[in-house]
Amino acid sequence: MSITTKALYVIISVIVATIYGLALNGVVRKIYARVHGRFGPPVWQPFIDIIKTHGNNVAISHGIMYYLGPVFRLAGGLGTYLFIPVIFGSVVFSNFSLAGDLLLVMYFIFFGQLGMALGAGEGGHPYSPIGIARGLAQMTTFEVPFALSVIALAIQYNTLNITTIVAAQQGSILNWTLFTNPLAVVAAMISLLGMNMHSPFSIVLAPQEIPIGPPIEMNSSFLATLQTNRGLFGAAKLVLFMNLYFGGAAHANIFVALLIMILKTFIIYMFSVFVGAAYPRFRPEQSMRFFLKWPTLIGIASILFVAYF
Amino acid sequence: MEEILRTLEQQFAITHQNKMRDDLLFVDVKKDQIISLLTYLKDYAGFTHLAFLQAVDRIEDKKFQLTYMLYSFQLKTNLGIRVFIDREKAEMISIDKLWAHAWQYQRELKEMFGIDFPGSPRVDESFVLESWEEMPPMKRDFDTLEYSIKTYYQRPGRSTNDPKKYMKKKLYNNFAKSPDTGRKND
Amino acid sequence: MDKKDMKNIEKEMKLANEGLSEKERTLFSDARPTPVRPLNKYVEKFLNWARAESLWILGYGTGCGAIELRPLMTSRYDMFRYGIAPRPSPRQSSVFIIGGYASLKTIKRIVRSYEQMQGPKFVIALGSCTINGGMYYDSYYTINRINYYIPVDIYVAGCMPRPESLIAGFNKLKENIKAGKCDGMNKYAKNFDWYKANQKKIIKDWNMPDYNW
Repeated sequence: MSITTKALYVIISVIVATIYGLALNGVVRKIYARVHGRFGPPVWQPFIDIIKTHGNNVAISHGIMYYLGPVFRLAGGLGTYLFIPVIFGSVVFSNFSLAGDLLLVMYFIFFGQLGMALGAGEGGHPYSPIGIARGLAQMTTFEVPFALSVIALAIQYNTLNITTIVAAQQGSILNWTLFTNPLAVVAAMISLLGMNMHSPFSIVLAPQEIPIGPPIEMNSSFLATLQTNRGLFGAAKLVLFMNLYFGGAAHANIFVALLIMILKTFIIYMFSVFVGAAYPRFRPEQSMRFFLKWPTLIGIASILFVAYF
Repeated sequence: MEEILRTLEQQFAITHQNKMRDDLLFVDVKKDQIISLLTYLKDYAGFTHLAFLQAVDRIEDKKFQLTYMLYSFQLKTNLGIRVFIDREKAEMISIDKLWAHAWQYQRELKEMFGIDFPGSPRVDESFVLESWEEMPPMKRDFDTLEYSIKTYYQRPGRSTNDPKKYMKKKLYNNFAKSPDTGRKND
Repeated sequence: MDKKDMKNIEKEMKLANEGLSEKERTLFSDARPTPVRPLNKYVEKFLNWARAESLWILGYGTGCGAIELRPLMTSRYDMFRYGIAPRPSPRQSSVFIIGGYASLKTIKRIVRSYEQMQGPKFVIALGSCTINGGMYYDSYYTINRINYYIPVDIYVAGCMPRPESLIAGFNKLKENIKAGKCDGMNKYAKNFDWYKANQKKIIKDWNMPDYNW
């Protein structure tokens, strides 16, 4: 395959993922609104917001790191996405999954946050360091059960290559990690709650106490970059979880496969939405303690389960 | 309560007593006796709570009236202590040693009425007004309308109605005439 | 005009920032706001549509009218269906709602927040107090006409106007934005000296930069 076709495929893949992620946000906002008994914003509201913020004709910068913050964040989102095969066996949606493995993806998940921390820190607003401190602390703790679960997978499938892991789950629904190693899935799904930052773990953005958290000084196109990344990164995380634990999306017809992908990721996302709608918010130290307690133990148990049984 | 009032009459020169309700009384006292009176009420009579301290500008008598409103949790009674001080040389003894939160009231009175409380903490700092350069605005010889016209831009074409006449004419036409409301003369 | 003259003019155009101390002056920008030239006609029309459909209001309640904003978010009035959402930071919001009377202390913060808002920004003045002072027209500390200090796009009259009238105001604002009539930011930049003079006339302790970027 020539490099131009590959680039074309990647661009298609990224655009599809971004649009899907943003539409997912819109749908979830609509669902929340219906639960409240409201009409809610239209499903395409996130797109209008991005167009509007890009169209703002004044943009304030606080320095070079401030410029780079959103860029790093988007790079983190792109990096996470580009090394995950979205649809198993598809040429267009395989991305660069042959070039990198699970560890690289995990690194990219963290990378964006760190870049954002540096950028938002230069904004000078006192609320952004508070948000960053909370965000990074929470992030470090929910990485623990996720990493343990990934180690369990690595032992189980004897590889860190995501494509191979997906390939091992094909054939029957009983081949999914959900059924072959349920403990690892439980640990990872709990850490997904932290990753998605829905209600029990939404202290980072905390619109009431520290308005909006890290991106408080971000304006105009900086904010639009972050919003785009929110769609892309959200989709990438869900696709990663679908690949690792729920058998991935595979079908001979690419559109059917896309439909399977949308269905599975939507259900995975709904899990954290339902939890978020039902539970009140944790304080930072509570959420850290939570992640280091049961999910970590379940993660260790999943490794023992794989290693000895 | 009667007992406390009798003690007050005997020990302090109370000039005037006014009972508004069963649980609301006002007594007038001389300026120099305020500290001993308040100390007595706080420490012996159980009026431990200072609800507010406020002032009224009695410009006709050339006096400021200060009201110390106390409350007793045992008797469930409000007791207002009224002191009249000279309007020209407005100065009062600070009571922040008795009730620590009184400094905030005294700071406000200094700003709004120009009553000085020597020794009260932060009494000279501005309370709600920022960059105020005129005379204290709650004094009644301060003409707020004139100041407003001078400082802020008035929008021409403003008209006012007498609310009572207007409401009668517009909305409550029948209401005012109806015999059973009992508000005919209102 | 040679280069030296240009430089002199530029120097004169710079803001003095006299309210700040010598040390603080280096920390703040001394540039003036400049009017923004509109883009291509069709691009601008498209962007105006997006701006109208996504109004982010600044979560700053100035005065009693702010109480009318809360019902707007609830399911009874539901402003989200019009694309209106609250936003906590002036950097990210595009609509400023002056909720009723503005005292001298508030107008200082209003000016500061308004200047920190980015891009095309719109002001909705809520209640009679913002129009002519309302029931506080003779108050010593309440300003009477808000449009002497910041440009206003829409007035919603009443004391207090109910949330329905506020929604009507929002819809009128949307129409105006789509028609390209809301140009408050450029108006502010063009008449910058007049607005500054008005603000400085009443705010005696001006201890912030002349223009808050």
